[in-house]
Amino acid sequence: MATSLSTSGISRRALIALAFLLLLVFLVAPLVLVFTRAFGDGLEAPIAALREPDALAAIRLTLLVAAIAVPLNLVFGLAASWAIAKFRFRGRSLLVTLIDLPLSVSPVVSGLVYVLVFGAQGLFGPWLIGHGIKIVFAVPGIVLASVFVTLPFVARELIPLMEAQGRLEEEAALTLGATGWQTFRRVTLPNVRWGLLYGVLLCNARAMGEFGAVSVVSGHIRGLTNTMPLHIEVLYNEYNLPAAFTVAALLALLALVTLAAKSLLEWHLNDEPSTSSR
Amino acid sequence: MKRVLPGLPGTLGFTLLYLTIMVLLPLTALVIRATGIGFSGFAAQMATPRVLAAFRATFGIAFLSALLDTLLGLLVAWVLVRYRFPGRRLLDALVDLPIALPTAVAGIALTELYAETGWFGAPLAALGIHVAFTPLGIGVALAFVGLPFVVRAVEPVLADLDRDVEEAAATLGATAWQIFRRVILPPLWPALLTGFTLAFGRGIGEYGSVIFIAGNMPGVSEIVPLLIVVKLEQYDTVGACVLGSLMLLASFAIMLTINALQSWSQRRLGN
Repeated sequence: MATSLSTSGISRRALIALAFLLLLVFLVAPLVLVFTRAFGDGLEAPIAALREPDALAAIRLTLLVAAIAVPLNLVFGLAASWAIAKFRFRGRSLLVTLIDLPLSVSPVVSGLVYVLVFGAQGLFGPWLIGHGIKIVFAVPGIVLASVFVTLPFVARELIPLMEAQGRLEEEAALTLGATGWQTFRRVTLPNVRWGLLYGVLLCNARAMGEFGAVSVVSGHIRGLTNTMPLHIEVLYNEYNLPAAFTVAALLALLALVTLAAKSLLEWHLNDEPSTSSR
Repeated sequence: MKRVLPGLPGTLGFTLLYLTIMVLLPLTALVIRATGIGFSGFAAQMATPRVLAAFRATFGIAFLSALLDTLLGLLVAWVLVRYRFPGRRLLDALVDLPIALPTAVAGIALTELYAETGWFGAPLAALGIHVAFTPLGIGVALAFVGLPFVVRAVEPVLADLDRDVEEAAATLGATAWQIFRRVILPPLWPALLTGFTLAFGRGIGEYGSVIFIAGNMPGVSEIVPLLIVVKLEQYDTVGACVLGSLMLLASFAIMLTINALQSWSQRRLGN
C-alpha cells in the first residue's frame, strides 16, 4: 500500500504537524482564551458572576427554551422520518429540502420572519395586541425562533438511518401480530436509538447556544428575555469581561460535552446499520 | 410486501402541519412583505451606498474565507483520512468545535484574541496587521465557522478514492505533485466545491461570531445580517424585509447549487 505521497516520512510528519498547528491556533486558542479569562483569577469571581440574578434568569430561560424546543423537534423528527423514510410518495425530496431549509437561512432572517408574523405590525399583530398576547419581544417568540433553527437536527439524522434500515423488520413484526405502535416502540425506536440521541444532542446544543435568531425576537429585557448567549452580549458591551467570559465558559463547556458525546456516539452509529441488517 | 406499514396519514399530516406553521408561513410573510412594495420600491431600498457596501463586504469576505477554508479543509481532511497517528481522534473531534461552540462565545473569544492587546492581535499589530474591528476580522470569524463544512464534505470522498491509481502513477514515475494534481484532485472537485459552497452559505448569513469582531462601521465592516437588525431597530421593517428576502434568495440558490453538486458527484462516483 505504500505510495510516494501517502507515506514518505517527512511530508507525512510535516502535514500532521501542520494540521495540528492549524487547529490549535485557529480553533482551540479561542476556547482556551474563554476558560483563561473566566477562571484565570480563581473561582470566586466567576461563581459570584453566575449567582447574579440576571445571570440566573438567563440560565433559567436558556434551559426553558431547550426544554420546549428539543422535545417538540424530537416528536417532529420521529414523525417526519417515519413518513419520509418508510414510505414512497410524490414530493418526498421537496419535503426533505424544506426540513433542511432552516439550516441554510441566516439566523437573523429566522428571527425576522417571526417578527413579521407575530410583531406589532405583523400578520397577526393587531389581533394579538387586541387579545393582550405578547409573542415577539417575549419568551414565546424566543421559543419559536429556537424551534425554527433547531427543527432539522433530529429529522436529518433519522431519515437516512431509517432509510438504510428499510422496512423488513417492521413488516415482520406486523405479520407476527404486533400493532403499529408496538412495532414502532419495540422495533423501529431501538434500531435508531443512537442516531436519535445524536440528533437530540445537536438540537440541544444549538437551542442553548442560538444567538442571531433569538436576538432579533428577544427585545433584550434584562432578567426577562435574555438567554445565556444574549446575556453574554449585554455583559460584553458593558465591558464586564470577566462576567461575560464566565457565562461564555459555561456554554463552551456545553459545547465540549456535546463534542465528546458526539465522538462516542459516532462509534455506535458506525456499527448501527450493520447490526440491524445483520 | 403485502402488509402495509401503518401511520403514513398521521405522521405525514403532522409533518406538513408543523412545517407549514413553523417554516412556510413565516417565510411567506417575508416574501409578501418584501415584494409588496413593487420593483421600484425594492430597487430604491437596494440602491443606497450603505446597503450596497454591506452586500459587497458580506459576499466578498465570505467568498475569500470559504476559499481559505477549502485549502485548509483539504489539508485537515487529507491528514485525517490518510494517516494514522496518536491524537487522531482528538483532531477529528476538534474539527466540529466551530459548529458546537455558540456563535456569541466564538465572537467575543475571537475579538479578545485578535484585539490589539490580545494573544494574537498584539504580535500582528506590531507587524502592522490589524485584525479586530476591520474587514480582516470578519474574514477570520467567517473562516472559523466555515472550516468544518469543507473537512466533512471532503473526508468521505477522499476515503473512497482508489489508491491503486496513485500507486500506478508513482510506479510510472510521476512526482508527488503530479499525482496530487492529476490523480487525487480531479475526483475531489465536487466535494471541494460542495464544502466551499457550504462554508460560503454559512458565511453570508453568519451574525453572532462576526458582530463583536467586525467593528460594524457602515460602508466598511458592516455585514448584511447586522444591517437587517439595524433597520429593524429603526422600525424600518420594509427595509429589513428587502434585505432579508434577498438573503433568503441567496440561501435558496446555495441549496440548489449543493443539490446540483451532489448529483454531479454521484454521477462521477457511479462511473
